[in-house]
Amino acid sequence: MAENVRVNVTVNGESREADVEPRLLLVHYLRDNLGLTGTHIGCDTSNCGACTVLLDGESVKSCTVLAVQADGCDVKTIEGMAPAGNGALHPIQEAFWEHHGLQCGYCTPGMIMAAADLLERNPNPTEEEVRHGLEGNLCRCTGYHNIVKAVMAAAESMGSAKGVSA
Amino acid sequence: MSAVTDASAGPTPISGPIGRRMKRKEDPRLITGRGNYVDDMVLPGMLYMALVRADVAHAKIRSIDKSAAEAREGIYAVLTGEDIGVGAPLPMVWVPPGVEVKTPEHWPLARGEVNHVGDPVAVIVGADKYGVVDALADVVVEYDELPAVIDPEKALEDGAPLVHEDLGTNKTHEWALGGGDIDAAMSEADVVVERRIVNHRTAGAAIEPRGCIADWRADSVTLWTSTQIPHLVRLFLAGEIGLSEEKIRVVAPEVGGGFGSKLNHYAEEVLACYLSRHLGRPVKWLETRSENLATTTHGRDLIAYCKMGFKSDGTITGFHTKIVADLGAYYQLLTPFIPCFAAFVMSGCYKIPAVQTDIVGVFTNKFATDAVRGAGRPEATHAIEVMMDQGAAELGLDPLEVRRKNFIPKEDFPAEVAVGVIYDSGDYHGTLDRLLEHVDMDAFRREQEELRSQGVYRGIGFSTYVEICGLAPSRVVGPSGVGIQGGFWESAVVRVHPSGAATVFTGSSPHGQGHETGFAQIVAEKLGIEPEQVEVIHGDTDTGPFGMGTYGSRTLSVGGEAAGRAAMKVQDKAKKLAAHLLEAAPEDIELSGGRYQVKGSPDKGLPLGDIALAAYVPENIPEGMEPGLEETSFYDPENFVWPFGAHAAVVDVDIDTGKVEVSRYVAVDDCGRAINPLLIEGQVHGGIAHAIGQALFEQVVYNDEGQLVTGTFVDYALPTAAELPSFETDRTETPSPVNELGVKGVGEAGTIAATPTMVNAVIDALRPLGVTYMNMPLTPMRVWQAIQEAQGGGSGPRSTEQGRQTDEHGSGSAGSGPASPAEGGDS
Repeated sequence: MAENVRVNVTVNGESREADVEPRLLLVHYLRDNLGLTGTHIGCDTSNCGACTVLLDGESVKSCTVLAVQADGCDVKTIEGMAPAGNGALHPIQEAFWEHHGLQCGYCTPGMIMAAADLLERNPNPTEEEVRHGLEGNLCRCTGYHNIVKAVMAAAESMGSAKGVSA
Repeated sequence: MSAVTDASAGPTPISGPIGRRMKRKEDPRLITGRGNYVDDMVLPGMLYMALVRADVAHAKIRSIDKSAAEAREGIYAVLTGEDIGVGAPLPMVWVPPGVEVKTPEHWPLARGEVNHVGDPVAVIVGADKYGVVDALADVVVEYDELPAVIDPEKALEDGAPLVHEDLGTNKTHEWALGGGDIDAAMSEADVVVERRIVNHRTAGAAIEPRGCIADWRADSVTLWTSTQIPHLVRLFLAGEIGLSEEKIRVVAPEVGGGFGSKLNHYAEEVLACYLSRHLGRPVKWLETRSENLATTTHGRDLIAYCKMGFKSDGTITGFHTKIVADLGAYYQLLTPFIPCFAAFVMSGCYKIPAVQTDIVGVFTNKFATDAVRGAGRPEATHAIEVMMDQGAAELGLDPLEVRRKNFIPKEDFPAEVAVGVIYDSGDYHGTLDRLLEHVDMDAFRREQEELRSQGVYRGIGFSTYVEICGLAPSRVVGPSGVGIQGGFWESAVVRVHPSGAATVFTGSSPHGQGHETGFAQIVAEKLGIEPEQVEVIHGDTDTGPFGMGTYGSRTLSVGGEAAGRAAMKVQDKAKKLAAHLLEAAPEDIELSGGRYQVKGSPDKGLPLGDIALAAYVPENIPEGMEPGLEETSFYDPENFVWPFGAHAAVVDVDIDTGKVEVSRYVAVDDCGRAINPLLIEGQVHGGIAHAIGQALFEQVVYNDEGQLVTGTFVDYALPTAAELPSFETDRTETPSPVNELGVKGVGEAGTIAATPTMVNAVIDALRPLGVTYMNMPLTPMRVWQAIQEAQGGGSGPRSTEQGRQTDEHGSGSAGSGPASPAEGGDS
C-alpha cells in the first residue's frame, strides 16, 4: 500500500491537516476524517451529485476528487453555507425551505452547493438555465419542480440583497 | 396554478392548522447538512461489512476459496452460506387462502447455488471501509454454470431450464380476481380491442442507497437501518437471529427516500446482526449504487394481454387481462402479491359490468420484483388508460368522450365495482372538467394541425385514474382475506407535556413525506395548540407503539387518522378536566381559538397548558380520573380510500431522432381533504417525474445471459431537471367518508397517472405517421423505429406488434438509450 500523504485543506474557512491514503476520496475525507456528514454519497459513478461541494469556489463532485488533489485548496461544504448556532440560513437554504425544495433531504446538500455555484456564475438564470445547471444532480423525490422554483427565488433574493448593499 | 376550489364539496374553510401551507418542520436540519442518515453514524469500534456477489446469473457453487481474503490485515471474518446459522429464511408474507405459491427458500447468503447476478455468496468484515472492498477481490468462487432463464414467457414454455430445479416449474402461482360474466361481456361487444402491453422492469432508485448498522451488546441488539418498516423488520429479525423481540431495537433514522424499495427486509440486515454478535463489535454495511441497482427490489415487469370490449357508442362491456409477471429468482417481502394488487383497480374510473384479471407469476434468473411507488396500481392504470385511447381510436371516438361515457357518476358513490371492492367517494367528471379548464382542447387541436404542416409533431395525452390507498382494512387484506400475514392498522400515542406542548409517537415511518409536519398539523388542530408545539417521533421500536410503517399512500389516511384519533381522546379528557376546573358541565366545554371554554361564556376558558399542568399536578382533578394527559389509538380502517384525478401531457416528438420532449404536464388530483397543500404538491410532482422517467428513459435491462447491463446511474437513466418541465397542478377536494379527517392519499398518484398519459400523448403526436401503439420506455431509438416501421409498412403493421422490436428482457439498449439513431449506429 502506498505511503500516506500529508494534505492541508481549508474546509469551511478552517485549515485542516491530515495524513491520508493517496486513494482517499475527498468525500470520505470530509465525512470520515472531518465528520462533515452533510455531504452525501448516492452513487459510485459521479452521476448523482449528492456529494457536490465547492472546491476553490467551483462545484465538484467530491467522490471524483482525491483528498490529495484538494491539497492547498479551499473547500466549502453544506455545513459552511450558514454559520452554526444562530439559526441564520443562506438565501439558497432559505429558498429551499420556503418553496418545499426537498423531501427526503438526501440530495439536498449537493443540490444547494450546485445551485450556489450556478448562481455565482449566473446570478439571473432563466428557468431553462437552472434546469441545465442542475443536470448533474439527481433527485428522486421532488421532480425538480420546487428545486427549480427555489433556485429562481434564491437568485431573486440574492440579487435584491446585492442591490441593497450596492 | 395553485388555488383550489372544490369541484364537489365546497371550499374547506381553513382556520386552524389543518389545511395550512405550512413549511416543513423537518427542513432546517436537512438544508444545513445536519440530518442523520445511517451512513452518518459512527460507533466506537465499528467494523465494515461488504459482500462477495455472484457475477453469473445461474450456477452451482463448486468452491469458495476465502484464504487470501482472510489473510489480509484488518479482516476480521470471511463467511459463506455454510458458515452462518440463521434461524429462518427471509420472509415472504403472502399466503393466499386456497392458492399454492411455490416458494423457494431465500437465505441471506447463497447455499450451493446462485440464481441471479448479485446473489450474495460470502460476507467480509474488516476494520477499514476501503480494506473490505480490497478483500472482495481475493475471494475466489468457482462456479458450474447453468443455463439462465431471462424471458418470462420463454420460462413458461415446456423444456425451459428451471430456476429452481426442486420446485419443478418456473410458474410461481396463478391467481385471479374477477366479477361479472366476462365471456358474455365480450360477446355483447361490437368491438373487442386487444393489446399486449408491456410494463417493463424499473428500479426504485432512492438517492440514499440502503444501509444498516448492527450493534449487538450482551443479550440485545440495536439495528439502525434505512427502512420504511422498522417494526416489521424487528419482528422478522427475532425469528432469524433467535432473539426475543423485546431485546431487539430497530431504528429507521433519517431515510433518504424509499419508493417501495425499502418496504422490505433484506439479507444484509440479518447478516449485520449476525456478524455483530459473532465479532462483538458494531458492524456497518453500506450499499453501493451498483449493488442497489442489482439487489434492491425492482418494480413492475409484467406483460398484460388486454382485451377490452366496447359497444360502438364507446360503452365498455368488459375488461379481461391476462398478466405474466416476472418475479425474479427469489421472493422479497411481497413479491408474488404485487402484480395481484393491480387486479383490485382494474375497473379504473369506469362502470364496467365484467372485469377479469388472471395472473401468472414466473421465476427468472433476475433479482426479485416487489413494491416500487404505486406497486400494481401503475401497471393497472397504464393498461386501462392505454386501452381507453386504443379503443376510442378503433371506434373513431374522442378518447375523453369515451371516458366520460363510462365514468362512475358522482351520485353512485359509495360505488361497488365488478370485483367487489367499494370506492368510497369520487367525482371523476369534476376532475376532468377541472383539467380541461387548464387545457383548451380546441385551441390545442388547431395548433397541432398547424405545427404538423410545419413538420412539428405535437401530441396530447390524458389519463383519468383511481387508485386504492389507505392500506388497509385488516380483515380484507389479512390472512383470511387477501392472505397477507399481518394487520394493516396504524398506531399513535399523543403525549401532552405539563406545559401544554405535545409529542406524537407514530408507527408510521417516513422517508421524505413530511410526517413531522403533517401529523403536527393534525394533532395541533385537535388539541388547540400550534404545530410548532408538536414534535413527531417515528421509526424507533423502543420509543413508540408497534406500527406498520409507511407505504401504499397509507400514511395520512391510516397513520394520520390514528394520530387524530389519539388527539381527540386527549381533547376529550382535557374537556372533562377543564369542565371540572371551570365548574361547568363537560358537554358545555368547547375548544375555540386555542381555549377550552364554556359555551356562551368565552371569558371562562383555559388554554391546554393550564389543563395539562392540572393533569400532571393532580390536586384538583375529577373523582376517578387518572392523572396525566396521554392517549393511544390503534386505528384499523373500515375501507380503503380511493383518490382519483385527471392528467394531461403535451409532448413534441422529433421524428428525425425519435426524441420526446415534454412541453406541458397538467395534473388535477383529488386526495380528499388537504392537510397541507404544499406537501401534496410535492408528492404529485415527484410521482409524475418518477412515471415520466419510466415512460421515457428508465429500464432495468438484463442481457440473454442474465447480466445486468443497467448496473449504474450511467446506464439506468433517472430523469434530470433538464428533461422535465415545470408541472401545473390543481386539486379538487372530495372528502373520504372512511375516516374522520376525510383524507385519502397522494404519494403514488403521479406515478399511477403519468405513464399512460405520456404514452397516449406520444401516440397522439405520431398518429398521422401511422403509429398507433408503442410500449414503454419511449426511448429515441424505439420511437424512431416505430416511425420507420409505420412509414415503411404502407398502411402500417398490426398495431399490437409495434414497439416490440427492441428486446423487452434481453439485450435491448439501456434505459438511457442513444440520443439519436445515428449514435446507435443505425445510419
